[in-house]
Amino acid sequence: MLNWLRRPKHDRISRRDMPAGLWVKCSRCGTAVYHKDLERNLKVCPKCGWHHRLGAEERLSITLDEHSFEEMDAELASGDPLRFDGYREKLSEARANTGNADAAITGVGGIEGRRVAVGALDFAFMGGSMGSVVGEKIARVAERALADRMPLVIFSASGGARMQEGALSLMQLAKTSAAVGRLHEARVPYLSVMCDPTTGGVTASFAFLGDVVIAEPGALIGFAGRRVIEQTMRRKLPERFQTAEFCLEHGLIDMVVPRSELRGVLARLLRFFGAPQVAAPQAPEAPGDPEVGRP
Amino acid sequence: MTRTLPERDRAAEARAAEMETRLAGIQREIDALRRRGEKDKPDIAEQIRALEARGGELREAMLAVRTAWQAVAMARHPQRPKAQEFVRALLDEFTELHGDRLFRDDPAMLAGLGWFDGRPVVAVAPCKGRDTRENIACNFGMPYPEGYRKALRAMRLAEKFGYPVLSIVDTPAAFPGDAAEERGQAEAIARNIGEMARLRVPVLVVITGEGGSGGALAIAVGDEVLMLEHAVYTVIPPEGCAAILWHDAGRSREAASALRLTAQEIAALGVVDEILPEPHGGAHLDPQAAIAAVREALRPRMEALARLPVEELLRRRYAKYRAMGYYEEQL
Repeated sequence: MLNWLRRPKHDRISRRDMPAGLWVKCSRCGTAVYHKDLERNLKVCPKCGWHHRLGAEERLSITLDEHSFEEMDAELASGDPLRFDGYREKLSEARANTGNADAAITGVGGIEGRRVAVGALDFAFMGGSMGSVVGEKIARVAERALADRMPLVIFSASGGARMQEGALSLMQLAKTSAAVGRLHEARVPYLSVMCDPTTGGVTASFAFLGDVVIAEPGALIGFAGRRVIEQTMRRKLPERFQTAEFCLEHGLIDMVVPRSELRGVLARLLRFFGAPQVAAPQAPEAPGDPEVGRP
Repeated sequence: MTRTLPERDRAAEARAAEMETRLAGIQREIDALRRRGEKDKPDIAEQIRALEARGGELREAMLAVRTAWQAVAMARHPQRPKAQEFVRALLDEFTELHGDRLFRDDPAMLAGLGWFDGRPVVAVAPCKGRDTRENIACNFGMPYPEGYRKALRAMRLAEKFGYPVLSIVDTPAAFPGDAAEERGQAEAIARNIGEMARLRVPVLVVITGEGGSGGALAIAVGDEVLMLEHAVYTVIPPEGCAAILWHDAGRSREAASALRLTAQEIAALGVVDEILPEPHGGAHLDPQAAIAAVREALRPRMEALARLPVEELLRRRYAKYRAMGYYEEQL
């Protein structure tokens, strides 16, 4: 599967959550689910509906028309500008574990035949943290959207700025926000999808700046960490604090969309904002068993 | 694109830590002598004087070493001139504006109008207090979303009339509280950063104390970003960094060094445009001189920016932030 990407593929959930093989225990409800059923259900637990995290490649593969993705800037790699103790080792480890150069994959692809500039952050790569590479890739894909006047769609999943790059990471908030800001002036649509979790510097920059801001059910979304807030306020916070549903209730996001409906919602919004259909709509690559079609 | 920083001078860091320990020891001796209540006796008074002299020498020596942790202490010094004091001293006829028109007036953020060097400007600045009572009133300089929205409202006013924006930055962080989250702390910061990047008037920023992460950047995107010599600018407070990396907030000193948050390092990374020297020993020893230095630095810059056509101003601002970062393009 995922044959449209150049680099070796890793199915992270199956490696992490299904070491024993065919059955996997849902980390939320504890139900044992046959792994192919989980795959086919886009990694949403059939029992409790929990949306398990997806890697950036998986995210793109379930969202984009099959064979439509052309990756950009795959060769960008983080350096160690601060000479921060242990950073190089952490980078090598994350590269080995994910097969990716850094925490974002960006490029151009199709959603029901409409061309979009697209990016996905990968929480499995150092918590999806935004350093210079993630910032640069997001800025470049936004500039590509502007140059070709095509919509931008970004899937976020990140703990925030990457502290090993210090103030340079902080400046990526400015870089990415400035880049998506230019789309605003040019009236190019930008759809932001927040996945579990989207916190810190990523929420405080491009993720909250979409024309439409969407979240997956149950996703953790917030600026400060729960522990820091609990320490500051000296009290416990309710379980649903900083969830997608909590954000919706407080007017911070436009909608919470289940994973199975996300592609359809994105396509509908793209059509509404005038993105032309340039190719015949194609289903994404079927997840899990190739013989089984999607509902 | 940014260069990498040189290797940390760990020997100097160790030397400074050792000097701090010695200084603390001397202070304890002085306190002990004072507590004996015999400080009027000539020989005790003499001992105290000698110890104070040694302490003074040590402090001087430490100034020469300049570690990150000293910079953090200096940036947080309770007597350091506050951002709102800079604003009120730099601007004539300062008129404060209140409220974000959406929720409330955030006392942790000052916004207002005034004249700088004969020119109308709009100023924003977080507010820290001089003592605990004042600090509680202004939430220790940590704004809520409404603070950032008030600042944005003021900046929009500047844009409407074509006046420059002056932002004086000294904040530990955006306030980490549940109500702040409910009202969209992240969105407020993101909005400000995005809007400041394309505000159609000159934006001048001076980081005078703590440049605390996104909470600082939300009022610190500008055409000219200056930084006082002993100010710090960081993506995360050293305490938070130590807690996350080593699960030990006690290793903050090490984290401060690792984060490269001193003005010298921040300037070397290309994150700020210039470092402004402070009075010897720090701005708290001579606030008037520190304020005068900031005024002198701002004057020519504001003039030069005012002469730039708007499109050129915006092009340069975009290019400046666009170039920040360090990465490798492997083949």
